[in-house]
Amino acid sequence: MTTRGRVALKIVVWAVALAPLAGLLYGFATDNLTVNPIEYVTRELGEAAIRLLLATLALTPLRLLFGWSWPVTLRRLLGLFAFFYALLHFSVWIVLDHFFDWRTMGDDILKRPWITVGVAALVLLVPLAATSTTGMIKRLGGQTWRRLHRLVYVAAVLGCLHYIWLAKKVLVQPWVYAGLLGVLLGIRGFDASRRFSKRWAVIGSRG
Amino acid sequence: MRLRYSDVTPEKLYLSRRELMAGAIALAAVGCDPGAQAGAAAPAPAGAPLKATPNAAYRVQDTPTKFEAASTYNNFYEFGVNKEDPARLGHTLKPRPWHVQVDGLCAKPKTFDIEEVLKVAPLEERIYGLRCVEAWSMVIPWIGYPLAALLKLVDPRPGAKYVEFTTLKDPEQLPGQKPGFFGGGTLDWPYTEGLRLDEAMHPLTLLTVGMYGQVLPNQNGAPVRVVIPWKYGFKSAKSIVRIRLTDAEPKTAWNKAAPQEYGFYSNVNPNVDHPRWSQATERRIGEFRRRTTLMFNGYADQVASLYTGMDLKKNY
Repeated sequence: MTTRGRVALKIVVWAVALAPLAGLLYGFATDNLTVNPIEYVTRELGEAAIRLLLATLALTPLRLLFGWSWPVTLRRLLGLFAFFYALLHFSVWIVLDHFFDWRTMGDDILKRPWITVGVAALVLLVPLAATSTTGMIKRLGGQTWRRLHRLVYVAAVLGCLHYIWLAKKVLVQPWVYAGLLGVLLGIRGFDASRRFSKRWAVIGSRG
Repeated sequence: MRLRYSDVTPEKLYLSRRELMAGAIALAAVGCDPGAQAGAAAPAPAGAPLKATPNAAYRVQDTPTKFEAASTYNNFYEFGVNKEDPARLGHTLKPRPWHVQVDGLCAKPKTFDIEEVLKVAPLEERIYGLRCVEAWSMVIPWIGYPLAALLKLVDPRPGAKYVEFTTLKDPEQLPGQKPGFFGGGTLDWPYTEGLRLDEAMHPLTLLTVGMYGQVLPNQNGAPVRVVIPWKYGFKSAKSIVRIRLTDAEPKTAWNKAAPQEYGFYSNVNPNVDHPRWSQATERRIGEFRRRTTLMFNGYADQVASLYTGMDLKKNY
């Protein structure tokens, strides 16, 4: 891809990733955040986080399926945006929803599995965001870094679980996200098992 | 050039508005004279003014929620699972003609025309708190009369212990009842709810036909619903077509869908959590900070005696 193409792609990604936030700010400015704004904002930010996380996890499958390598250049950007929305989602819960009522929030985290897994997903994303710089990749070394960043799979599973458990069971959306995640992880799993069996075949022929 | 209303409003609409006003005036007149004949009442379109006498004995002190909020943000799964669906799709419901069958264990079962329902007792305005099981709340001026007045007309038999409410089942009028995406529906239609007979006869239990001085909007359960202010909102069945007296505890829609989350009683109770969230606090629509939820939604002095000796944790 040409430099100009890469720049254009990044601009598009920034625009798409910032659109949910822009929508909320516009809604705030025009007093159009439904009559239960805190609930609405929390939900929109959570949805944005999970969508961006799924988008981040879709880049490698695109390479595996179609041989495209350019999407992977967007991985850090999309991942950081996913973290950004997850953090905003969490902050709204703390500040606007519970207004620093730590005891109630602590109770919720301990007693309610959907909140437990939501917070766990966010906590897992923290080291990934912190080690996302080129300097950190170098410092950790490629292999350690890659191992650490496999936590994103756990975070995504917990994120989907968070949505499924919190929503009324008649809602379709959480299941759609979980299904997408299943497909994305399935493609990686299939590829990994193929590589694994190839390696075994090689070792076997040597023996 | 001066513009007149007739310049910007199509004639058809303009005329239908005149009819609407005429209907409203006729209806207001009926409201003033409870003895008026049924035939005198014009069909009452949603939003038409509805006369009622404010009842100061049933009036919470908090400021009522804005009408725009109460009529655009609510759960009415017959129109869809999102809270803006009822207001968006409410126009598909036809609140006239409408009949309410009142039967079961009673001496004089009867099917009431909605115009008769409107005249069973003088309409009063009561300002009640509404607490949704999802931990948000509103304050709403309802118009109606105690359900007891209607039930007395059919003369419940001594064996009657419960009352079951059934909402209209008609996927054409209530599109949320159509089978869903993957063939599955959201709830087991028709929506049914129930009360113990003493709860149903309690003076707080309001058979409701209007709110905010208007005929009940379709999305809020037109043409007739119940309002039971000390219970979570979903107990207050909307668009009722049948009220049945029975000796067995009625099956209720949400209890069938998620029995571990929604019991038969569903009294507002800050000490009994929903499995997925705390019920200790609530967000009043229009306010920023959460409020403490009150036992029986603040109606404890009037209804607590109904549950003396009962374990409210077990009977949630």
